Amino acid sequence: MQHKVIDAQEVAIRFTGDSGDGMQLTGTLFADASALFGNEISTFPDFPAEIRAPHGLVAGVSGFQVHIGSKEIKTPGDFCDVLVAMNPAALKANAKWTKPTATIIMDSDAFDEEGITKAGYKTMNPVEEMKMQDRNIIFAPISSLTKESLKDSGLDVKSAIRCKNMFALGICFYMFNRPLHFTEEYFENKFENKPALIEVNKKVLRDGFHYAGNIHAIPNTYQIQPAKMPKGTYRNINGNQATAWGLIAAAEKAGRPLFCGSYPITPATSILEELALRKDLGVKTLQCEDEIAGICTSIGAAYAGNFAVTTTSGPGLSLKSEALGLAMITELPLVVVNVQRSGPSTGIPTKTEQTDLYQALYGRNGECPIAIIAAHSPSHCFESAFYAGKFAMEHMMPVILLTEGFLGNGSEPWRISNMSDYPSITPPVVTQSDGPFHPFKRDEKRLARQWAFPGTSGLEHRVGGLEKDNNGSVSSDPLVHERMVGERAAKVAKLADFIPMQEVLGAQSGDILIVGWGGTYGHLYTALKDLEEEGHTNIGLAHFDYIFPLPKNTAEIFGRFKKIIVCELNSGQFADYLRTKFPQYHYLQRNKVQGQPFIVTEIVSAVKAIL
Amino acid sequence: MLYTPQDFKSNQEVKWCPGCGDYAILAAVQRAMPEICESLGYTRERFVFASGIGCSSRFPYYMNTYGFHGIHGRASAIATGIKVANPTLSVWQITGDGDAMAIGGNHLIHAIRRNIDINILLFNNQIYGLTKGQYSPTSPLGIVTKTSPFGTVEHPFNPGSLVLGSRGTFFARSLDVEMKLTQEIMVASAQHDGTAVTEILQNCVIFNDGTHSGITDKEVRGDRTIVLRHGEPMIFGKNREKGLMLDGLQIVVATIGQNGVTEKDLLVHDAHVPNPGIHMMLVNMSPDDGLPLALGVIRAVKDKTYDDNVRDQVINIRKKADIKCMDDLLRSGATWEVE
Repeated sequence: MQHKVIDAQEVAIRFTGDSGDGMQLTGTLFADASALFGNEISTFPDFPAEIRAPHGLVAGVSGFQVHIGSKEIKTPGDFCDVLVAMNPAALKANAKWTKPTATIIMDSDAFDEEGITKAGYKTMNPVEEMKMQDRNIIFAPISSLTKESLKDSGLDVKSAIRCKNMFALGICFYMFNRPLHFTEEYFENKFENKPALIEVNKKVLRDGFHYAGNIHAIPNTYQIQPAKMPKGTYRNINGNQATAWGLIAAAEKAGRPLFCGSYPITPATSILEELALRKDLGVKTLQCEDEIAGICTSIGAAYAGNFAVTTTSGPGLSLKSEALGLAMITELPLVVVNVQRSGPSTGIPTKTEQTDLYQALYGRNGECPIAIIAAHSPSHCFESAFYAGKFAMEHMMPVILLTEGFLGNGSEPWRISNMSDYPSITPPVVTQSDGPFHPFKRDEKRLARQWAFPGTSGLEHRVGGLEKDNNGSVSSDPLVHERMVGERAAKVAKLADFIPMQEVLGAQSGDILIVGWGGTYGHLYTALKDLEEEGHTNIGLAHFDYIFPLPKNTAEIFGRFKKIIVCELNSGQFADYLRTKFPQYHYLQRNKVQGQPFIVTEIVSAVKAIL
Repeated sequence: MLYTPQDFKSNQEVKWCPGCGDYAILAAVQRAMPEICESLGYTRERFVFASGIGCSSRFPYYMNTYGFHGIHGRASAIATGIKVANPTLSVWQITGDGDAMAIGGNHLIHAIRRNIDINILLFNNQIYGLTKGQYSPTSPLGIVTKTSPFGTVEHPFNPGSLVLGSRGTFFARSLDVEMKLTQEIMVASAQHDGTAVTEILQNCVIFNDGTHSGITDKEVRGDRTIVLRHGEPMIFGKNREKGLMLDGLQIVVATIGQNGVTEKDLLVHDAHVPNPGIHMMLVNMSPDDGLPLALGVIRAVKDKTYDDNVRDQVINIRKKADIKCMDDLLRSGATWEVE
């Protein structure tokens, strides 16, 4: 058979298997190797809440989709070109995500009667039952080949078979002509202290690679050339790591130590983990007894002069609500990161959603407006966290940063900047006072109060949850209260003078304005590009990073389009918010609350339906 | 001395009920401050008083120091954050029985477990005062209050055993009326490295008046309390005629001079013994069982503090770290160049 190497602009590969099969790692290694090769990438882990869900069941299937390209890649891809299914359950759960032209690689060893029955098939022919017989089907005895590959390695059979994910990875590397050395270097670093495992993993990866070349079941392989990305130094980064780094960057710029009080919660935990690693940069992390202590230790740290942050996900933000009010009334800088997940309550904790917008906007007692920033891509979490820190410290107020599980766990290449490219952060620190220090005296520009650190002589003062007058005395005077409520709200509103104007992508005026916020950016942007390619050049996209306050030109932008369609992963929270802010416009909606990101074609169809 | 108690009085009007036990505690703390400054070389700006919610939690407003009046139950967490953020500060948490042991119980035990170097003053009046008279986690079984009109059916906490059970390194007890003793304990608390909890039995004149009178009344105080001092024999009684002895595994009261008991037979207080066994017996003594209530510093043992450990870890890692700044971090690990 003639072997052909075909140039492809983009491909999506979906690795799926039992939640203990190592699919997240396999996908990550494929993504990293592609990123280092120079492709654009976007990744999407899609896994169950259970760490080792029952073996062989559909509910326990873990997936990781990688989208790589030589062109611009903004989403993990709607449907995949290659599906790796390590067992019948994985095929059952993921067949729907394959393109009609897809190749499906399956571990034939797992497709025995027991495996097929366990996955709940009605017949003994899963491929036909899933109507996949027209796909390019490759049944490879991955488990037994892995066992064979390692028979002289000294590993016991069970441990040997556990390396089968690397065999599957080797097959994919062959299919897409990926160099092996990036992954081999990973093994060398990862198993530095267990050299035997370096050789074992390298061998299985290479054997998988050569097997794919030998079986002739893969007539064509694909070459995805490096993408034309702007010149610079790049790294692959996921959203939670980028968030952690953005917070550290803000602390460094402000010259304040970073303190993070937090409690582990999916999918936010890896921010705390990343910060805990960074003792080398002086980061202090306190893994607290609960979410409330997470924010309250941070409030204490902010009072004492640190740049304080707390990281959480939806239910954790609920627990922090009362303390958020305390941070707001004491006018202390604090960044609260909410990596949103599916709710209410525990919901589907490993799945992504944008359903905490109402909570972020309104979820507190009393009049308690809090600034909200949303990140729109994994790497954008860095900048978002940086600016959340800058605004919190310079304006002396809490800021909520909304990211999403989709962003936190997803990754993409990121061009590294120098810290000198970022603006300074100058919190209004006060070191002396002529006469008594009045904690709630404000500057005219930002309406921010001054930050006086305990330990500074002559600035002794008391703050707290009770209403105060501007000089810091407790007051229940009705008019003082009303004035202070107004001053605090005006301070938050004033932030609009400091955030960038809203940009519109695509048409600057015309028929339809697509409106989005947060992690849907990649899908909305790709939909816009697809529509443009089809000749629809009268469509714009306004994707909001600044949610509260909104950019000053928001209404003006809305006025330039005949129709507005707000697309979000909830039942219409941003649309409703816009209705309260700008009731003069009519807002159409495209919503999805399935714990899954949009599919680009869903957006394209929704827009076409109103053209 | 550099300061007088007057230097620690803020310009805020004190708003506790007339006759409230809190006044005496405030005065004792303000009197202790100059002595603490003298003994530890502190200046006033180093002090931060943090509190939760409740009558006692208004305390920070009355101290001319840094102060943070928090939300209900969370003072331990707030104080922890302050101390970790700046370990040079002298951090004091003011709390009550409801604030510390009901809504704030989780934060309290974890602060103690971590041994963060803060001072916790727990005003125990066995009642919710600010919400006007509901039973608290320290109210005695059967007490009739607005939320227990037929008497409570739940057992109270003993704050001392809660502290020791949380692996506390310092526990002391005083009475609001024993101002000198409170003052003395405050100095010991400040000198202790680690979480120092002082329970102060305090009278709520409005909602639980006289709840401690069986102990605090002048006529009975001598016989129903014992002030423990490290290295001293455990002697008490109106005429200092009684002492405590160990009989098997029980602490018993003996009269000096009777049955051949001399001072040498009495227990000598050792606040520094790491094993909390004897301290647990001492904090649980009660006149209800015929034993005097233990006052003074009952336990003060040395152990590494949380804030020291945090600081040491950062210092040690920074010494050998390759990553010194954000720019280093951004370029660490796997990166690639696009020309």
